[in-house]
Formats: sequence, structure tokens, C-alpha cells
Amino acid sequence: MPLVVRLRSAVCLLGRFPALAGVDLDVEPGEVVLLAGPNGAGKTTLLRLIAGLVPLYSGEAAVFGVDLAVDRRGARRGLALVGHETFCYDDLTVRENLRFMARAGGGQAADADPVIARLGLGAVADLTHAKLSAGQRRRLALGAALVRDPRLLLLDEPHAGLDADGREVLHEIVAAAPAEGRTVLMASHELELARELATREVRVDSGRATAVSPRGALT
Amino acid sequence: MGVWREAALVVGKDLRIESRSRVAISQIVPFGLIVILLFAFALDPDRGILARVAPGLFWIAVLLAALLAIGRAFATEEQHRARDGLRLAGLDGGAIFLGKAAAIAVELLVLEVILGAGVVLLYDVNVHGIGILILTALAATIGLAATGTLYGVLAAGLRLRETLLPLLLLPVLAPVMLGATRAFEDGLEGAPGDAWPWVALLGIFAVLYTAIGVLAFGPLWEET
Repeated sequence: MPLVVRLRSAVCLLGRFPALAGVDLDVEPGEVVLLAGPNGAGKTTLLRLIAGLVPLYSGEAAVFGVDLAVDRRGARRGLALVGHETFCYDDLTVRENLRFMARAGGGQAADADPVIARLGLGAVADLTHAKLSAGQRRRLALGAALVRDPRLLLLDEPHAGLDADGREVLHEIVAAAPAEGRTVLMASHELELARELATREVRVDSGRATAVSPRGALT
Repeated sequence: MGVWREAALVVGKDLRIESRSRVAISQIVPFGLIVILLFAFALDPDRGILARVAPGLFWIAVLLAALLAIGRAFATEEQHRARDGLRLAGLDGGAIFLGKAAAIAVELLVLEVILGAGVVLLYDVNVHGIGILILTALAATIGLAATGTLYGVLAAGLRLRETLLPLLLLPVLAPVMLGATRAFEDGLEGAPGDAWPWVALLGIFAVLYTAIGVLAFGPLWEET
């Protein structure tokens, strides 16, 4: 089966600073990979590189076999990223934001309804993004990713800002990912929580990635 | 999803955001009205002058208000990095350009109707040649919106975008100002035949910048 993510000596610059200094990483379908490492290690840049949001400076990077150096837009088709921000619009409601994301991703507006229910956002579905609490915004960010039914889900600090119920929802989604045909790559400082979900851990430090546990070791 | 459907999705989203936030109605339109009111105060002693220079003053007011509308169209994309959401969704760059430019054009047309009424009332202008005025406004608005959207994305990723956008955009829009003002003058003077070359210039400008925008917006949207 082809790799979901394949990086070879991937270098990524932020300005002149090498945020990624030669990363090698393979991710297979159905894996839940935890990226661990200190602040500024390059975890967020690694996720944004895989999402095609920052350019590859040198090396090789492919997602679903699509070369990121050649076709970033094509490589993004099957993935979604939950970043530090929600990627949503303040003046649209939760429902409107999710419907827009669903349609922009090639789906139907109605695809938003089951996501709203799954994330427990029904009570705030008609509130604008600007009126949501931080925790509700995190759930919306997760919804904006899930509404496109991605095969690769990239999560950047997914536990941040979530209350106990929110974390439970997040865990249900990540735990169900392999059965739903999804691969997950998540960067987190909440290592105990994240290790409960991960099938493999990779340490990122000073822009380089090192395998901490072999494939399947954490399951 | 085709380019036109994607563009329709973006224009619907942008207009919904503007209607909900009311920034256009509560800030951009009043700004334009204040500009034409200030011109009226400055040139009040001789209302004949006001009527003669009304086309130029009208388009200056539209242009200044358009800078706010264009800045606003890209500010909403920077908030909460919504722009990354659009990129991740995989929408075609040309479609995003057409959608954003169309939304700006709709806002500008509403603005022009309101400012036009203000100019007629405050500057004591007699309206003739309504057909050529409408055609001129349509062509100039498409040119303004297309150019503004293209330069808006150029400035969007920059720290100094608020001050840089007018510097980049105003010189490029000089032909629109010239053509629209001259065509309005000819229309209002009851000589619509003289306005056609200016309308043609505006049309060429609009088509040119729309074509450049469709082709160039995608790479700029990705890289800025």
C-alpha cells in the first residue's frame, strides 16, 4: 500500500532560518503518529509542510504519492489540518462556516449536519464564530477539518483549549480514525493524553525527526 | 466543482460576511459620503465649480472608499487564518479571484448608487445620458474590483499591507479614474457619443485585469 506521507531530507525555511533541517519520515495508512518535541522544534512547520501551506526548500516530500514540490494543491486534496487557529470566519455561524467548508471541499452543505452532531456543537450551531468560547472554537476547528472527510488528519496541539467533554470527543474521533480509513499525524505537548491514542511516536527536535517507538509499539 | 460554482461559493460567502458585519454600510459608505461632503464644503462659494468637477470628485470618493472595501475583503481572510482554510479546501485560485472581485464589485456598485445620489443632491448636478453613466460605472467598477483584488492579494501577506495597498494600487488605477471621469463628463454634458472611447478604454482595462487576475491570483494566493 502506498505511503500516506513520505519525506526525505526535507528542508523548510522560515525566512533564512531552517525550521526543518532534513526530515525523514514515512507514515503508513491507518497510523496515528504522535510528533513530540519542545517548543520551536519544528512540529508545526512539519505539519504545515505536509499540508502544503509552506514550501519545501530542498529534499523530497510527497503526500498520497503526490510530490509537494510539484503540485501542492493536488497533494492537499485528501487531507485536513487543525491548526492553532480555526480557519473560520468571525461573522459566519458555526453551521455556515461548516457548510461553506463542506462545499468548498467538494461536498454538500448537508455534510455539516452530522459533524455538528458528532462534535456536540448543536446548541451553538447558529452562533457566529465571534461569539464562541475558546473551547467551542477548538471543536469548530476540528469540525472544519472533519467536514471534508479527510484521509489524512493533521492535528496541531489538538488538546489545547478543550474541556473534559471536548477531549473526550477528540479522543473518540482519533480512536475511530483508522476504522474510518483515516491516518492521523498529531503534534502535542499533552504527551500522556496523546500517547493513549498514538500507535507510534516520533520526536522532533531542532528541525529533525527521530523515531522514538517502532511502528505499532504504542498500541 | 467547476470554476464558476467555486466563484459563486466565494462571492456568496464574502457578501454574507459583509451583510452580517455591516462594515460596508456602517463605515465604507459613510466614509464616501463624508469625502463628497468635504469637497462640497471646500468648494461651496461657487456651486458652479462643484457641478463641473462633480465627475472627478465622485470617482475620487469611490476610489478612496474602494481602498477600504478591498482591504476589508482580505482582512477577513487573515483573521483566524481563514485563508489557510480556503487553501486547504483546494479551491481554484482563479475561482477565488473571480469570487472576491465580484463581491467587491457588488459592494462598489451599491456604494456608487448612494454616492451618486449624494453628488446629485449636494453638487446640484443635472443627470443626462443615464445609459452611458451606467455602462461607464459597470466597466469602471469591474476594472477597480479586478485590479484591487489582484493587488490586494499581493499586499495581503505583508506586515505593512494597510499602507502599501494604496501605494501599489492608486497609480495603476489612474486610467480608470481618467476614463470614468471623462466618460461621466461627456454623459452629463449630453454628449454620450464622445464618451464611447473612454468606455472602451475602461472595458479593455477591465478585461485585461480580469484575465491577469484569473491567471496570476492562484500562485500569489499560494506564495504570499
